[in-house]
This record gives sequence, structure tokens and C-alpha cells, in this order.
Amino acid sequence: MGAEKRAPAFRPAAAGALKDPELRANFRRAMDGLMARRAALFADPAEWRDLRALGASIRQRTLARLPALLERLESKCAGNGIRVRWAETTEEANALVLEILRARGATRVVKGKSMVSEEMHLNDFLEKHGIESLESDLGEYIIQLDGETPSHIIMPAIHKNRRQIASLFGRKIREAKYTEDVDELTGIARRVLRRKFFEAEAGISGVNFAVAETGTLCLVENEGNGRMSTHVPPVHIALMGIEKVVERLEDVPPLYSLLTRSATGQAITTYFNMITGPRGAGEKDGPAEVHLIILDNGRSRISSDAELSATLRCIRCGACMNHCPVYTRVGGHAYQSTYPGPIGKILTPQTEGVGRRHDLVHASSLCGACAEACPVGIPIAELLVRLRREAAHKSQGSSVLGAGEGRSRWESLAWALWKAAHRSPALYRLVGFAATRFSRILPSGLPILSAWTGESGQAQGLPPELLKTTRRLREAPRPARRTLHELVEEIGVDDA
Amino acid sequence: MSGIRLLQREGLRVVFPRGQTCCAQPAYNCGYHDEARAVARAQIALFRKPHPIVVPSGSCAGMMKRHYPALFEGDPFREEAEAFAARVFELTQFLSDVLEVKWTDRGEKVRVTWHPSCHSLREMGIDEEPKKLLAQLANVEVAPLARERECCGFGGTFAVREPEISAAMVEDKASDVVSTGAPLLLSGDGGCLLNIGGRLAARGERVRAQHIAQFLWERTNGR
Amino acid sequence: MPEGARERILGRLRRAPGAEASPSDFGVMERKAWPAAERYPRLKRMMESVKTEFLEATEQSWPQAIFGFLQSQGLSTLLFGPGTAAGGRLSESWPSGDGALLVPYDRPVEEMKERLFDEVDAGFTTTRGGIAETGGLILWPSPEEPRLLSLVPPVHLALLYTDEIYDTFWQALRSQGWAGGMPPNALLVSGPSKTADIEQTLAYGVHGPRRLIVVAVLRGPL
Repeated sequence: MGAEKRAPAFRPAAAGALKDPELRANFRRAMDGLMARRAALFADPAEWRDLRALGASIRQRTLARLPALLERLESKCAGNGIRVRWAETTEEANALVLEILRARGATRVVKGKSMVSEEMHLNDFLEKHGIESLESDLGEYIIQLDGETPSHIIMPAIHKNRRQIASLFGRKIREAKYTEDVDELTGIARRVLRRKFFEAEAGISGVNFAVAETGTLCLVENEGNGRMSTHVPPVHIALMGIEKVVERLEDVPPLYSLLTRSATGQAITTYFNMITGPRGAGEKDGPAEVHLIILDNGRSRISSDAELSATLRCIRCGACMNHCPVYTRVGGHAYQSTYPGPIGKILTPQTEGVGRRHDLVHASSLCGACAEACPVGIPIAELLVRLRREAAHKSQGSSVLGAGEGRSRWESLAWALWKAAHRSPALYRLVGFAATRFSRILPSGLPILSAWTGESGQAQGLPPELLKTTRRLREAPRPARRTLHELVEEIGVDDA
Repeated sequence: MSGIRLLQREGLRVVFPRGQTCCAQPAYNCGYHDEARAVARAQIALFRKPHPIVVPSGSCAGMMKRHYPALFEGDPFREEAEAFAARVFELTQFLSDVLEVKWTDRGEKVRVTWHPSCHSLREMGIDEEPKKLLAQLANVEVAPLARERECCGFGGTFAVREPEISAAMVEDKASDVVSTGAPLLLSGDGGCLLNIGGRLAARGERVRAQHIAQFLWERTNGR
Repeated sequence: MPEGARERILGRLRRAPGAEASPSDFGVMERKAWPAAERYPRLKRMMESVKTEFLEATEQSWPQAIFGFLQSQGLSTLLFGPGTAAGGRLSESWPSGDGALLVPYDRPVEEMKERLFDEVDAGFTTTRGGIAETGGLILWPSPEEPRLLSLVPPVHLALLYTDEIYDTFWQALRSQGWAGGMPPNALLVSGPSKTADIEQTLAYGVHGPRRLIVVAVLRGPL
């Protein structure tokens, strides 16, 4: 009824995922494949360096000129016959979609893949209002059938293997006979959806790039469901975040190339669909109406911070999560966020509150593999550190949502003590002396020590069979008998 | 200590300012930047002479080289922080690229495996340097890890904040180490060594974890 | 309420510009180039690797080549746009009697939707050239050649002149001056429709055509 839902917590969800060997195997195999395919397409280090720099500069140029470009996009689209509307929140966006559908009396909708629509929880919303919104991308179709949300932004059903999909189709699709053959499963989906494309009264899609120069919406796909959804029904509604605009047509090919190679290791997708208007004069097909809904949902706030605005460079390729050692082990659902993986860890806290979702900003070892793979150079690990700071501190000029709401009294105290011990050489030597001489009397139940050694059952990340053979997760560290400072003193190293 | 000895043997006068404590990376990574800045300022003040600053840890070196200047954004101290950062080298980087050491192996045949710490690799860009040094040792065979570049799961406070995932990561890394058949794991980062070494010991493996500086010293000094 | 949204969003964006722009260096795009004689072979290789099929012909023979292809594959209807020059060639040179039937897509889709979805075996379109770097065809649907021609029938035949192949997509859109005005729909097609959503295993013919056949008219240096 409006009661504040408890903030999702990553750690327990991750711990649960770690115990699922099938999930872990599915993800490990899938991520290895995606990483290898991407690497093969970026084999030339000089080209990667130059194309990536170009991609980053194109995205930065967009962000630097965002309001003007959005206005130009709107004006060009309107001139082409595309009706543009703006939504600050996902609630507003949902209401706009409903209004458009109601105006046409449309109750049967087909959908192309759109992460923004996931952000809006659009399908649930439409269902509540008696409108069927059927996912047409095979991966999205599969998870919709199973009542799930996507676990990866490019391959939404990546957590399922073919047996699971075969079983799902067998149970949920009446006219299908049970099969585990990939071609046959695909054929079933093709038949079902072809009917739906034919009958649909509206099609909804996302937007990969919206070109301000010409008022063109670009959609990237392999299956053809996007073109079906945007050309066959009489109404097309396109959904985009404010950051999806690009300045010029010539900016598109570099980004498109970075996207396909980073996401699936393809030089090019099957289709690259460029929509600049509804059915034109004399045209025999195409929708009578094309609508564009531009969604903010916290992005304008992000763009106001010079450092954090890099978050909005994202072209939604998924390379960051493909390379993330944490994501590989727990999969996308553990993040309980529309956007999982590294990009989710910086985007979601900023749109939902860094205090509420501080679990996400700490769900990283800061290894940097994500930033290394990011085709537009988002310094994800650095942004995580920045968001950790924002979570714990509310500073004067900060525009970050929920700043300071993730502060822990104990942690602040701990760091204050740490500072005292490390700012004073004398105090530091004292601590070092104590650590080397008295460490044996430390109780092993101390929280940090027991997390390290896995006492009190924290060795849960390990496969069950291993827990039988090792008593502990790690042996406790044994400090040296003397400190480094004492040793260098002994051998007579200069002080200055 | 091995790092100091390696440098001294090349004829350098090594200075170890006694007042130094910590690069402040733990506080920095947790978002406690005021505290980190206070400690960083104290470190920088100890290293004012224009000598190269050699650090036997890739993550500490990365902290000081990549993050110290920005910590003092808007502060007149920034200039000094930048001068400091410009002089920071990681140990293997210094030995390989600056001193261009030429060594002879005095040890018996041994197989080792190498784990590059994430910050060393990605913040300092150190990939080839340790391998070039190991390649100079004729009796050392380096058996590469299958997932060499994957994080070991230490991540500073990550190991205690997300112990389950950290456990899964260190377990995979330990298994990788064991499959190389090497009795010795080398790394340039103390945190990684503590982490992987701790897991290997808990598993009762015979593999030892050792810092590369110590290994290089022992091999070239004849123990 | 929605009216206010636009002003509030733009207002926030105008008030605090966060990002800084630096000039973009397109050198990496400019440097991708192949000798003219290599472009078609490269395009063919790239497209064949994603299961595109090629039917090579001359300016004289291509309509007959298509007719023969349809016959050999047991395809009995070919949908096409009669208003293009190529469509005209097809109409005038199409053999009568046994063999595939030419079906003109000459009225709004609402008047032939069932036929389009259920009764047509193949669709024919022209192209505006191809792309060598990645493999790919450029299509600009038009009143004469509607959008669904290259999407709904299970087989798509596309006419490509081998001397109209650009090095890259970037080069193509600049050479052809797309910034001067885009049609309501333009697209690139590189192969038959596919998916890897089930265990990352490739499957073809998902929603778009199951087969793409490039009717390559050999012209220019090869």
C-alpha cells in the first residue's frame, strides 16, 4: 500500500546463487564464450585503443551537449512525423504508454527487447490494465514464459540451459511437442510469435541510438523481431533513456561496431534498423503512428556530476558483466536490479539511492576487469569508490541521490582509529609491535578474522563437497616476528 | 627486505623513511577519503627528495601513482602529490625497465606459477615486467595459470564484506594454482599472497606462496 | 503533468552541465579501406560466414538466374516491387508457364496481409550497395519496395552490384549523403535471421527470413 519496501541485499542473494551448481556452470560457460568471442574481434590492440577512444569521445560529446541534442532530436523527429513525449519517472512513462494504447483501443502488444521497459516494469503495468504485452525476442520470450526477469542485458535467458528451456516450452506452449533440439525449439517460438506479429495492435521497442541530426531511431538486432514489432503493427512506441541520443549520423558506425563486438563478438548484427518516421507518403507498409518516449528516471541528476556522468556513456553492451568475476559466479538475478553486473552497480545506486543500494557499490573487489573491457572507457572501479564515499558521507555540493544514507557508525569509527594509527609513526610502531608480539592471543571469533578463516560457517561459497575436506576457508595469517621497520633498522638502511 | 637487498645489490643507496605507514588504499577504497588524504599527506611529506620511490606492491604503487594527485584536487598540496606520484615505480617495473638488471640463476630447477594482482595489472599496467625477470632465471619454469588475469577475491575489505563470493573466487584461483603442478606461487602483492596462500594451506596443499621479490633475491643470491 | 516533465528535465540538464567534450578523431574509421577488387570477395566471405548464400550473375542473366534458383529450391511465389527498374526487368523477362509466380507488392499491406504472411515463399528487393568491412547490404525501403518485402517472406533475395560496395558503414553513409535526409526506414542486412539465446547455440530463421540470397551482379574490377 505504499510501505517502503526493504532494501534488496546483494549478499544473501549471492550466497544463494553460489550454492546452485547448475547456475554457476551455465554462467561460467556462457561468460567464457562471450569473453573469447569479444577478444577475437578486438585482436588488434591499436584498433581497440583508437576505436575505444573515439567511442568515449562521441559519448562524452553527447553528454556535454545533452539538452541541446535532445531538443534537436525532438524537433527533427516531430518534423518527420514521430510524436515525442517526455517522462521524468517510470510511472509517468507507463502512463504515457497506456494513454497511447488506449487511444487506439489496443490490447495486444508485441515487444522488442528494451532494458528501459524493464526499468519501467512495463509488462506488469500493462497486464494490470488488461493489455497483453508479449516479448518477441527469444531470450525475453523464454523468461516471460517462466515469469522471470532478465539476468543479463544482452542475453536475458543466459541462466537457463536447453533442458530447462525444453521443459518450459513443453509445459507452457500447448501446441508444442517436447524437444531439446535448439532448431526445433526456435521453430516453435517462430511459429507462435509470427501469429502474434500478424495480430498485434501495437509494437513497443527500445532505442540503441537516437540521432539528433536527422531524427533517426536506430535498433540493433539479430532475430528480426524488432523489425516485426516496429513495422507490422499500426502503432510503434519507442522508449529511450535521455542518454541514448547521439549528435550525428557519422557518430553511429563507431558505436555500432563497438557494441556488436563487445556484446556478442559479432562484426555486425543481422539487422541494423533505422527509423526516421511512420509510414511515409506512398509507402505500403510501416506503422501509421510512431511515438518516442524520452525517460529521465534519475539520469539528469547523474549527468550533473562531472565524474559520475561517465555512467551515462554506457551503450549497453554487457561486456562489463561478461568479464566480472563476481557476476560470473552469481549471475544477474542476485543483484536484484534491472541492470546487473558492474554497470548495474554504478547506475542503480544513483537512480534508486546510494544508501538504499549501498550493497551494490560494495559488491566488488575493484579488480577493474570491467573497465578494461568497457568500449567507451567508463572507469567503473573508480566510480564505485566514489559512490562508496557518497554512501558514507553527505557532502555540501553532492547531487548523488541518498548520499550519506549508507553510513555505518562502526565503520566510521574504525577508519577514524585507523587514521590515528597511521598518521602517527609512533602509534603505528606500537600497533605493529603488538601485532607481531601478541597476535596469538587474538580470539579467532573476532568478526573480521572469522570471516577470513571461515569459522562460524562462512565458508558457504565453497562447493559442498569441499566443505567436507577443509575445516577452514583460509588459514589465519601469521604475522612476522618483527616489523619491517625493526628489520630495516637492524640492517642499517638509511632513514633519509 | 628482499626488495631492499635487490636494489642495494645493484649499487643503489636505498632510503627507507622510518615514518612511513600505509599508502591508505584500504580507506580510499572504502570511500573514507578524508582519512585516506590525511594519511597520504603524511606519506608524501616523508618522500620529498627527488629519488625514485620503489614500491614492492602493485596495488600500493597504483594507489600512490594513480590516485594520490586526485585526492588533493583543489588543495595547494596537489602539486607536491603530483611530483610524488611521478616518481613512483613498482619494484619489478623498476628492476626490469629502469635498472634493466641482468641476473644469473643460482638455484635448482623449479616450476613456479605467477599471479598478477589486479591493481598491478590494471592500474600500473604491469604485465611483462615480472615475467621478463623470471625469464632471466634459467632453471625456473613458469607454468601459467589458466585464468591468470582473474581476481583472486581478496579486494581488501571485499574478503570480509562478501565472504561467500570471495571464498568462491579464491577457491577457483587455488584450484588453478594446483593444476599448474607448480609447488610455488609467486605474486607481487601481499594481499593476494595472504589470500591464496591462506586457502592453499587450509586445503592442505603442498604449494607455497611467496613474494616475487623474495624469490628473485633467493634465486640470484644463492639463498 | 507530462508537459512539465520536458521543462523540468531540460532545466536540470541545462543548469549543471557535468561532462566535458573533446574532439573526436575518426582516423580509425578512415583507415579501414580495401582495394576495390577486394571488396566483393571480402563481403562475400563475411556474409557467407553467417550463412548468407550467393547467386552470381551478369546484368543480362540475373532475372533468369533468380527464376532458375526458385525452381531448383521448389519456391513457387516471389513477391516484388513492380515500380523499380529492377522490378520492371523482372516483370518483362519473367518466363510464363511452369515455375515460380511473380506477385507484385503493389497495394497497402492491409489489403494483402494474409497473403504476405502465409502464402509467399520469397521476397525480392534491390539494394543501395554493400559493406565490405563486416559484410552487409544497404536497403532503403520505399513506396516501390515496401519494408516487409525483406522481412516477412521466409526467403529474401537481394540484388547487389559488386561495384557498389563501400569499405565501411561509416564510409557508405557519408558517401551517399545520408545526413541530407533519411527515408522513413533504412536498414543494413547481413544474413538470415538468427539467435543464440539458447545455450549460446546459433539457430537460424527466428523471426526474419530463414535464408538470405545475395544476387550478385558482377561488375567492375574483380
